Amino acid sequence: MNAQLQSTATTSIPDPLVIAGRPFRSRLLTGTGKFKDLDETRRATDAAGSEIVTFAVRRMNLGQNPGEPNLLDALPPEHFTLLPNTAGCHSAEEALRTCRLARELLDGHSLVKLEVIGDQKTLFPDVIKTLEAAEVLVKDGFDVMVYTTDDPLLAKRFEEIGCAAVMPLAAPIGSGLGIQNRYTILEIVENAKIPVIVDAGVGTASDAALAMELGCDGVLMNTAIAHAKDPVLMAHAMKCAIEAGRAAFRAGRIPRRRYASASSPIDGMIA
Amino acid sequence: MRIYLNGQSRQCAAETSVAVLLAETGYAGRRVAVEVNREIVPRSRHAQHTLHEDDHVEIVHAIGGG
Repeated sequence: MNAQLQSTATTSIPDPLVIAGRPFRSRLLTGTGKFKDLDETRRATDAAGSEIVTFAVRRMNLGQNPGEPNLLDALPPEHFTLLPNTAGCHSAEEALRTCRLARELLDGHSLVKLEVIGDQKTLFPDVIKTLEAAEVLVKDGFDVMVYTTDDPLLAKRFEEIGCAAVMPLAAPIGSGLGIQNRYTILEIVENAKIPVIVDAGVGTASDAALAMELGCDGVLMNTAIAHAKDPVLMAHAMKCAIEAGRAAFRAGRIPRRRYASASSPIDGMIA
Repeated sequence: MRIYLNGQSRQCAAETSVAVLLAETGYAGRRVAVEVNREIVPRSRHAQHTLHEDDHVEIVHAIGGG
């Protein structure tokens, strides 16, 4: 990690999220898929306060309205950290090709979200291929934020090969089920030296707050916001949840106990 | 000559550059990335890089995703 940037981060931004040496104020990372249009995408992104936004790389639809605004006009790279994903890639080679195109698209920007899906029903990652792809991408100079299952040993392995962040799923992509195994997430958090970002499966604000209370460094979500009845309001709710969850984690919660503990003093009663 | 643009066959003049192809397709000055035969052609080389018969050209852009 870049020591100079790290020190800048700690002086100018309170409690920053630092990824690959870059400090961020917001711990909520948002996707840009499934929104009604680019205007809603931008308004929800602003309401979420997210600084890191994911997107996909695809072929142009030739001949179809070349003058239409595209995603990078709505979310300019000058104002947001654009995080290209490798959605749809099934091998290390495809992921590398996609990331190289994204790097060209973003003028050399090297932060990428690696995902290699292994099953269409659950959209669970193929972790063997993900590991292969991560090694190739790291060698090619990319800062790899890797989408993976909530496996503590695997998370450690991604850290060892040089990934910039590990992003375990809470539940299947788009399922809205929330964190299904808080103990594995906790185990990953307690052992990680790189940021842990819960990615996928969040349904509502309390899911995001729980991830942060467990000590996760951030949460990445898309469907929970984009498919809410009011995406912009849900984006705001998620922002509040992330901030509340983070503050609660830093404040240190009380231990759980089975019986009551009176809040008012017992001494000095009048009767 | 014939090239393959985003998987589709297309006719263009011999020695067409990537920059000219982008202009012809309406993507000049747009936020796109170009690959020819699986190699990135950096923006700075769009004008110099000329295409050849049967080249496979990909023009990609950013779209919404999670």
